[in-house]
Amino acid sequence: MSRNVRLGLFAAAGAMLAALLVWGFTGLPAFGDFQGEYGWILNDVAGHERHVTNVVASVVFDYRGFDTLGEEFILFAAAIGVALLLREARDDRERPRDEVRSDAVRAVGLMLVGPTVVVGLYLVAHGYLTPGGGFQGGVAVAAGVVLLYAAGRYRAYSAASPHGLVELAEGAGAGAYAAVGVAALFAGGLFLENVVELGTRGTLASGGTIPILNAAAGLEVTAAVVLLLHEFLEEVMYPA
Amino acid sequence: MIPLQLVTIALVGLGGLAVVTSRDPLRQTIVAGLYGLVLVVLFVVLQAPDVALSELVASTVAFPFIVLAALAKLRDRRRE
Repeated sequence: MSRNVRLGLFAAAGAMLAALLVWGFTGLPAFGDFQGEYGWILNDVAGHERHVTNVVASVVFDYRGFDTLGEEFILFAAAIGVALLLREARDDRERPRDEVRSDAVRAVGLMLVGPTVVVGLYLVAHGYLTPGGGFQGGVAVAAGVVLLYAAGRYRAYSAASPHGLVELAEGAGAGAYAAVGVAALFAGGLFLENVVELGTRGTLASGGTIPILNAAAGLEVTAAVVLLLHEFLEEVMYPA
Repeated sequence: MIPLQLVTIALVGLGGLAVVTSRDPLRQTIVAGLYGLVLVVLFVVLQAPDVALSELVASTVAFPFIVLAALAKLRDRRRE
């Protein structure tokens, strides 16, 4: 195909795409004109119905808690799948990349490990009071652990994330979420119904089952992300 | 739309262009991470802090790490 034909094709396709986009965008509601009635209702009722100050958390871990159960198990299955596909029996060969040569990278990276983990734990712990929650916080904690590798030594990183413990935490986090749902059945409610004392709004002891599910998600996500990144790291560490 | 929102949306457009126009995969990974940070700013400006945090951890931790690991692996293959 000659250059002119290709340019002609692009011009025609581009013009059509542009027309479609203009047509679509002119039909959009005005900027900031929010049409979701459900969102407005939740903003009004979540505070006194669930005693949380972060409405998003009440949706994720209560009103739509069942969806989150699915999401947790998607992540769980993904991490297990990656581990199954990538893990091989490896002998203890010399690790070639166990050294960070740049002092600046090492200093800044290692200085960031502690703060990253603390920020992550904070995000998990206050997920139902302020923005954040188990998912975001979990990835942040995992990032702190992986920084140990990126800026430090593989050995330090492996010591901080022993394989058995990470796998146990992943299973426990996913299992705990489902267990809270089943526990609600035994308490006489529906699956995942918020049956625990709701507590005082704005304190750590608020939200009923929301903090428990949030913590379970935090544990599961931290472990799943550490496990995922670990398997990818191993691929780089041991060139097959 | 307030000026801050306009500026951020324009930056998102520029950032997307920067990601598409970087040809070297390694550089592109870093540019994509920075583009994620611009999106984080956009979400904060639009008052969606929860989404901003999700975008932050996805674009600065999970995504670049996995791409970098894949690139390192490919480089090993090429050397052999």
